[in-house]
Amino acid sequence: MPWVTRWLREGVLTTRYPARRDDYGAHFRATVTLQTPREQLTAGRARPGPTLAEVAARCPTSAIGEDGAVLSLDRGRCIGCGRCVASRPDVFRFSPELEGAEVAREALVVATSEAPTTEDVEGAMRALHARTRALRRSIHVRHVDAGSDGSEEWEIKALWNPVYDVQRLGIFLTASPRHADVLLVTGAGASGMAGPLRRTYEAMPEPKVVVAVGTEAISGGLVASSYATRGGVGSLVPVDVWVPGSPPSPFAILHGMIRAVDLVVGR
Amino acid sequence: MNTLRLVTEEPVTTEELAEAVHTALADGGTFVGVFGVPRGSAVGVVALVLGGATLRRIEGVVDRRSPKYPALTPTVPGALWYERALHDLTGVVPIGHPRLDPLVFPVGGQEGDLGVRFPIDAAPNERLVPATRALSGQVVGEGVFTIPYGPVRSGVFESVEYLVETDGEDIPRLRVRPYHKHRGVAAQFRGQDLEDGLWLAERYEGTLSVAHATAYASALESLAGVEVPPRGALLRLVHAELERIAHHLDSMIRLSEGAGQAVAYARLAWYRERVLRLIASLCGHRFGRGVVALGGVAGPPQLDLAEARRELSDLAARLESDLERLMLTPSFLDRLRGTGALPPEAVAKHQPVGPVGRGSGIAADARVQLAYGGYRLVAAPAVAVRQAGDALARQQVRIDEVRGSISLVLDGLSALRDASGPWRVGVDVPDGQGAAIVEAPQGALVYLVEVNGGRLSEAIVRTASFHNFALFSSAFQGDILTDFVFIEASFDASMAGVAG
Ligand code: SF4
Repeated sequence: MPWVTRWLREGVLTTRYPARRDDYGAHFRATVTLQTPREQLTAGRARPGPTLAEVAARCPTSAIGEDGAVLSLDRGRCIGCGRCVASRPDVFRFSPELEGAEVAREALVVATSEAPTTEDVEGAMRALHARTRALRRSIHVRHVDAGSDGSEEWEIKALWNPVYDVQRLGIFLTASPRHADVLLVTGAGASGMAGPLRRTYEAMPEPKVVVAVGTEAISGGLVASSYATRGGVGSLVPVDVWVPGSPPSPFAILHGMIRAVDLVVGR
Repeated sequence: MNTLRLVTEEPVTTEELAEAVHTALADGGTFVGVFGVPRGSAVGVVALVLGGATLRRIEGVVDRRSPKYPALTPTVPGALWYERALHDLTGVVPIGHPRLDPLVFPVGGQEGDLGVRFPIDAAPNERLVPATRALSGQVVGEGVFTIPYGPVRSGVFESVEYLVETDGEDIPRLRVRPYHKHRGVAAQFRGQDLEDGLWLAERYEGTLSVAHATAYASALESLAGVEVPPRGALLRLVHAELERIAHHLDSMIRLSEGAGQAVAYARLAWYRERVLRLIASLCGHRFGRGVVALGGVAGPPQLDLAEARRELSDLAARLESDLERLMLTPSFLDRLRGTGALPPEAVAKHQPVGPVGRGSGIAADARVQLAYGGYRLVAAPAVAVRQAGDALARQQVRIDEVRGSISLVLDGLSALRDASGPWRVGVDVPDGQGAAIVEAPQGALVYLVEVNGGRLSEAIVRTASFHNFALFSSAFQGDILTDFVFIEASFDASMAGVAG
């Protein structure tokens, strides 16, 4: 069978997201979030298992803050190891959400369970997508690896595979920073990439938007204290959108890009 | 239990080191690498040689007041990149090394400059600045110029810089600078909690999480004398082979894209996505993170085994038909045949591993030779070998291995259905040293860990990508520009693993 007809027999593979909800996301352990409203946490302390202070001390990236009354969880540090979920499932849970990108770094810190429901986020996404269309031009994306473990690159590349196919949303990779609207930055902020990253950023025309892709890019993750990294890319370039996850799934990155597009439109 | 035996030889003086390694190699061993580790205020130069199922560890200690030792590279050519990295990270100078310019972190270039702190001395949260001015060789002779490519490229790539050196007449030379994305991962193991070390291992090369976690955990298990129960070993195998399929497909996706095979590219990319989704259905993570636990696996698979079988069988049937078709497409084959052929002398000197080595006639595969973990519980895979040493040979090896991996996963799933018992056992790790080798998609991945007071005091990690990439420039015999994408994709190196 020739190549051309091979493609036709498979029918539609491409996700309809963001126009429609894509069920694929449901089994991801994207990041961890808090299970119960804050008031119940105090009561929860009576439950068997380690205390919340002990759980916080055992988090490998110090993502959990516990100072008596307030418990917080920084999704920008969480690598999703699952240790807190395993030891206190009454307090922590994996969140299957795909749409975790935030435009403010502090917004990644959850202190209660009052996160927006998926439906709310979806509504917001439809609105964003409508604005992308209203922009009536394509969005050009540049990627820079500033010390990643390599998995973020696979997940970004996946966006151009036939399943995600972001070209249909008018999002393209560009061969030159001079045509780029959006800069996707991955990695823990390797010192050796500080210069090249800065030069790429500076070569981009205004308006430009920077997306930090992944927990490592947000906070440095497990290599945050290394002699060779800067604890994330935030100290190397001004970041506009933060996409947590170790690594974030293609959907999560897509969501971050859609938020980025919204910023491009707004600037 | 890991079948690998770690033998720590009597310490030698650094003058004797090269001789000792040479003797170990003459006994039929292969060179694994040489690494610098902190020994109080001194530096231990640790050479590893693998002979059969024995990993020999030979250490000489260098006094920091006279930080040098006779280089191994003149007698052990495979040490070329290892000694450059050792020099970058410790400041110790291997005397007689033919080309000691910076490789993974260019601070060592300022050697002799008092006040320089090398990565080996860095305290947690101390940031070192890579001294790019120490980089030599921008201009190496009259009429010679260099064309840099990277570290930022168009498309989505891990950062690495290539320099094409040309004098306009001879065949241009390619040089590789991976240092830009160096994260210092190996040093981060020092002082880690043993369980936390697992999360770090999963992120050493993030697309090889299962291979790294397995190697790390196996090294500790072998130190503890613990055998992983059958279910744990089999589930590790299933995930390791799915990881291999995903990686081999990645290489093929890039080759198809480079050759302008748009349909093959799209279809293979779709299959790769399906493999990642299958992994996520089994464990909740697209890269299998969290699967491996000390003593086995974290828990049972989250997907019904029969369903996993069905999905993989369906995928395998489609993939098989497309691969057959691809390997009959002349415009694809023509781009690979003869491209990036590794010269036999270079192969003999450097002993590349994985598909790069097997495509050049080196029939080594740790799954067969060491029959570790789950590989003793299912039928051993055949070692795929080709002789030509070009991109086509590497592609043929990968196709054979994808087929082999599919049947290993199917066998592994059947064996899991019939197995019973715990998924993991407790591991009480004593102080001491443990080692493990697993066959990652790119080749043998080696972990050697030292435990002190219940925490990691040192980890030596030898990635296959680092080992093989020393040969990358030798694969360029012809036109650098037109062959580049094929040679790069056929090496399928993880830059995270090369830069460390
Ligand atoms: S999942 Fe792991 S990294 Fe994330 S908050 Fe819990 S313990 Fe910390």
